[in-house]
Amino acid sequence: MAILEVKNLKKYFPVTGGIFLRRTGFVYALDDVSFIVNKGETLGIVGESGCGKTTLGRCIMGLYDPTDGKVIINGRDVSCLNSHKRKELSLNLQMIFQDPFESLDPRQTIKEILEEKYLIHGKRIGNLVPEISDLIKRVGLLPDTLSKFPHEFSGGQRQRIGIARAISLEPEIIICDEPVSALDVSVQSKILNLLLELQRILGLTYIFISHDLSVVKHVSDRIAVMYLGKIVEIANANDIYNNGQHPYTHALLSSIPVPDPESRRKRIVLKGEVPSVENPPLGCRFNTRCEQAQNICHEKEPSLFKNAKDPGHLTACHLFF
Amino acid sequence: MVDKIVLDVSDLRIDFHTEQGKIRAVDQVDFQLKKGRILGIAGESGCGKSVTALSIMRLLPKPVSRIVKGRALYNDQNIYDLPVSDMRSIRGKKISMIFQEPMTALNPVHGIGKQLIEIYKLHFPGLSYREMAAASLKMLRKVGIPDPDKVMKKYPHHLSGGMRQRIMIAMSLACEPDILIADEPTTALDVTVQAQILDLIRSFQAKSNMSVILITHDLGVIAENCDDVVVMYAGRIAEKADALTLFKYPRHPYTIGLLKSIPSLAGEPKTILPTIKGNVPSLQDMPDGCRFASRCPVAEEICKKKVPGQRSMGHNHTAACHLADTKFFEKKGFI
Repeated sequence: MAILEVKNLKKYFPVTGGIFLRRTGFVYALDDVSFIVNKGETLGIVGESGCGKTTLGRCIMGLYDPTDGKVIINGRDVSCLNSHKRKELSLNLQMIFQDPFESLDPRQTIKEILEEKYLIHGKRIGNLVPEISDLIKRVGLLPDTLSKFPHEFSGGQRQRIGIARAISLEPEIIICDEPVSALDVSVQSKILNLLLELQRILGLTYIFISHDLSVVKHVSDRIAVMYLGKIVEIANANDIYNNGQHPYTHALLSSIPVPDPESRRKRIVLKGEVPSVENPPLGCRFNTRCEQAQNICHEKEPSLFKNAKDPGHLTACHLFF
Repeated sequence: MVDKIVLDVSDLRIDFHTEQGKIRAVDQVDFQLKKGRILGIAGESGCGKSVTALSIMRLLPKPVSRIVKGRALYNDQNIYDLPVSDMRSIRGKKISMIFQEPMTALNPVHGIGKQLIEIYKLHFPGLSYREMAAASLKMLRKVGIPDPDKVMKKYPHHLSGGMRQRIMIAMSLACEPDILIADEPTTALDVTVQAQILDLIRSFQAKSNMSVILITHDLGVIAENCDDVVVMYAGRIAEKADALTLFKYPRHPYTIGLLKSIPSLAGEPKTILPTIKGNVPSLQDMPDGCRFASRCPVAEEICKKKVPGQRSMGHNHTAACHLADTKFFEKKGFI
């Protein structure tokens, strides 16, 4: 059952310049992105910087108003809600941020940080300590953390506090925006385990945004690969790895360093860099870096085609169809 | 054939004097860099890998830090004892460094061309301006920058992260150094650009038979690029070996735990990852014995009391562990 549906979502940021700050163009951060997320699953979103993955998360959260398109949660269009309704929605939709050093208020104690959610939503006034202690225990921290301030914790512990805050109102959907990229490897594995465990216990639905394909593959049921504001391929996690079709997916997979010196492979090293999002190339957006690009790729923009064998596997590439 | 050792660091100890008291950031660090090889230094944040690298460049912040003991032999001279003027002729010319953040390493108010030419002015004062500009252009072309003439006139903010890192590489290789120290050169970059930059460093290394110290927290990067590896933990060396041996037969419980905790692309999604329990102890409050003892799944009494020395585990392979022994680990159900 689809809990979240994104339909033709577009987000253009205006670029202004000159003395009168007239609009000189747009940054096409998200261009016609559609997908569904089923209840209890994790959709991983992977891509390089500037591909629009964070904008996508923020559009779903309502932190940005989309230029066009819809975000449907539990059958209700939530893309253009007023602030009152938005607040109601946030009971069901929460976010974990990338930088655990900036996403916690340095002047609040952990108790205050966690209480704030309940107070804003008028959930309960009075003694919240039992609930908050329970939360803290759930994310694997000691109860004496409550009276401390964020600077007394390490990155991993702060990320746990961020997770406690996100699950405090028992939401159904959590958007995780690069939750482990600021952490060390040994801490990263603990946070990933915690997220998986919470999902199992609370039946959470995750949208997991990251630039690290091996992390995304580890936590996701399905993965969407993004490039320059578009989804280029979406499929089951194992299919992306074993049976990826889009040339960009191949390049991304082969550029990930594997901790095994015996498997030094022939890598596909992409030429050049990601083009500017302000004037993306005509036709397929990947054509400037694609080794297999044909004439059609420069002329026509491919839409997401269904794979004949597996209707859940969509690829936006002319060469496969 | 015995490889020539270009840099020999031994018994290095570096203290930081902070408001909270003395912190021993690096202790008992020994390693050798061989001619034409890439040495990887791996470890998590705070393990002392960057401090070690900065000490070789003599760029440690003063007066907060102090090299208490140890030496770094380069061409039979101890880098730590050299007078400042001699060090200036080595730094950038014989031993150069690439930093993690290419935006902060470049000067934002000077053009790329000016910054490149500055290197030649400093190290080759005999050249004419025209020759310096030509050499800079050649260098930019070598590191694969499109339209080098235009880029010479640009400023760092005009360029992308990958391009800036290429400029940094061009600068650090301009004088054809013997040793290149790359401190997390690709951490700020995307994976596809990371692959390009690492390829570039490797191709230069192979062409000029330069030696490279590659510092990174990413064991994948180490495995794909390095010949020898040093794994550091909490200011000390946990394990040293060549790359093949280290990844195939890790002996130190920390290396074993670290390797296990990396999510694998080939693994099944949504499985619980093995972890290393606990956290890195604070540098102000290090345990007496083995620094990994409190987190080690096989630790025994001796680990808490005595600092382990480097024990030989085979040819060119040492681990700082009292207990490192496959049979013992198997008995404990650890591997």
